Amino acid sequence: MDETAVRPAISITQIVKRFGNRTVLDDITFAVPRGELFGFLGPSGSGKTTLIKLITGIDQADAGKVELFGQPMPQLKMLQTFGYMAQSDALYQELTGKENMAFYGSLYGLTGKALASRMQSAAALVSLNDHLNKPVNTYSGGMKRRLSLAIALLHKPQLLVLDEPTVGIDPVLRKAIWNELNVLTQKGVTIIITTHVMDEAEKCDRLGLIRDGKLIALDTPQAIMEQAGVHTIEEAFIALGRGKEEQA
Amino acid sequence: MRIRALVVRIIRQFIRDKRTLALLLLAPLLILSLTKLVFDGRTVSPEIGITGSAAVLAAKLEEQNANVTVFDSIEAADQALKSGKLDAVIQFKDGKPDITLEGSDPSASRSTQLVMQKALQSNVQELAPTVHYLYGGPDMASFDSFGPVLIGFFSFFFVFLLAGVSFLRERTSGTLERLLATPIRRSEIVLGYLAGFGIFTLIQATLIAWFSVQVLGMSMSGNIVNMLLINLLLSLTALTLGTLLSSFASSEFQIIQFIPIIIVPQAFFSGLFNLDAMNPVLQKLSYIMPLYYGADAMRGIMIRGEGIPDIQLDIYVLAGLSILFALLNIAALKKQRRM
Repeated sequence: MDETAVRPAISITQIVKRFGNRTVLDDITFAVPRGELFGFLGPSGSGKTTLIKLITGIDQADAGKVELFGQPMPQLKMLQTFGYMAQSDALYQELTGKENMAFYGSLYGLTGKALASRMQSAAALVSLNDHLNKPVNTYSGGMKRRLSLAIALLHKPQLLVLDEPTVGIDPVLRKAIWNELNVLTQKGVTIIITTHVMDEAEKCDRLGLIRDGKLIALDTPQAIMEQAGVHTIEEAFIALGRGKEEQA
Repeated sequence: MRIRALVVRIIRQFIRDKRTLALLLLAPLLILSLTKLVFDGRTVSPEIGITGSAAVLAAKLEEQNANVTVFDSIEAADQALKSGKLDAVIQFKDGKPDITLEGSDPSASRSTQLVMQKALQSNVQELAPTVHYLYGGPDMASFDSFGPVLIGFFSFFFVFLLAGVSFLRERTSGTLERLLATPIRRSEIVLGYLAGFGIFTLIQATLIAWFSVQVLGMSMSGNIVNMLLINLLLSLTALTLGTLLSSFASSEFQIIQFIPIIIVPQAFFSGLFNLDAMNPVLQKLSYIMPLYYGADAMRGIMIRGEGIPDIQLDIYVLAGLSILFALLNIAALKKQRRM
């Protein structure tokens, strides 16, 4: 077997990121094996989005190493390997859903029939087929979120980087999306997702709990709850966060 | 390929946004027409009041296109001058003409004075010189003289504003971040913007050139292709400068703040106003202003009928500035993505 094939999808080693003299990420190390649905849980301002930007190579760490599939980041050609959905919907409001998809699809090198069929199936996944010809500024908040997710899936990436993907999506659709994410991981797609919704966190294979730029726990949701001696992730988060503060 | 995707997207956005399209294409035509109406070069007839023995001048003044009113007393004439009905009052004092000008508008004072001088000297007509014009002619209106500058100015202003705001929006809406999370190169983004907006600035340049020459009848001694070339180069400079500066703005309002800093000084230094009276060191400031080169070439082509060899320095400078701004923009995008 090719050696790179067994390298983890994401490997992060001792990264530090500062903005001015404020340390946003402090000595974070973890790896996400292929096919895992890895969740990042933390309150807003804890450094989740910064970490996502380091993984995607949009930003660079002040110290430490980020690797995707064994390749050091940032690296332009590696941007083809993942689909990215940011916290903002990042859509062109004047354009229709279809035109938005076609634009981003062609940036990933999709053309003609391949593009059209990928647009169809990605839109079907988020139940947007009926609305593709409407301009995005007529979409509801949830529809924009779904379109944004569909765009991240367009080029069938091996890795999905999703920053708060289910904000503003109704419970039924949210469940459908989680089911789809599970199907994708079974096909070998690796997913890294940030959330602050505790019950979503429990659906992840493994969780990283982040607080004030530090990783306070890294394990399966079950193990984290056991370690904290509680029954919900929410309680675990509070208990573990308090523990860290006492040590400090 | 990716550049094409960007171009297609920009075209689609423009077509959806009718108001912006109108701003880019119709607003310059509207303002040029208004300017033409204001400065269409019709000779103004000064209103002159005369009293007493000065009445003998009436015929001569009327020959010079003045509207003459004869008053019975100097008091009545002064009253009319105060109320704004007259531009000047002439009377004879000790056998010499004595003139009082209204004086609040220097250009009106000058033209009134000119008319009166001509009228008073008209008995020595045989000594009047024959006048020849190297460029232009006796019928050239001031609109013909600064029209070329205005054409350049409007192309520059509207393209600068639009390019700046569009690129800024790309950043504030998060689409730039998403764009930068795809394998697109920073240079491809800048080139895509250049090409996409370039198409519309080309349409704008053609429309303005056609309108000002064919519809407004602006004097045009040179080749319209050269005029288009200069207008396009000027727009490209505005486009690259606008997108570059948008990196340093965090809202649409901050783009507007660039207008008094970047646009207005250029209007002053572009030749719209005669700078000969300015401190020579300050005059040199015009050499760093893109609009100076555009306006210089435009005037050369339209008034003096200059060809490419005469305006090549302007072409090189404008092309060079566009390339410089585009490269700086590619570098500035590093702030958003390191690679």
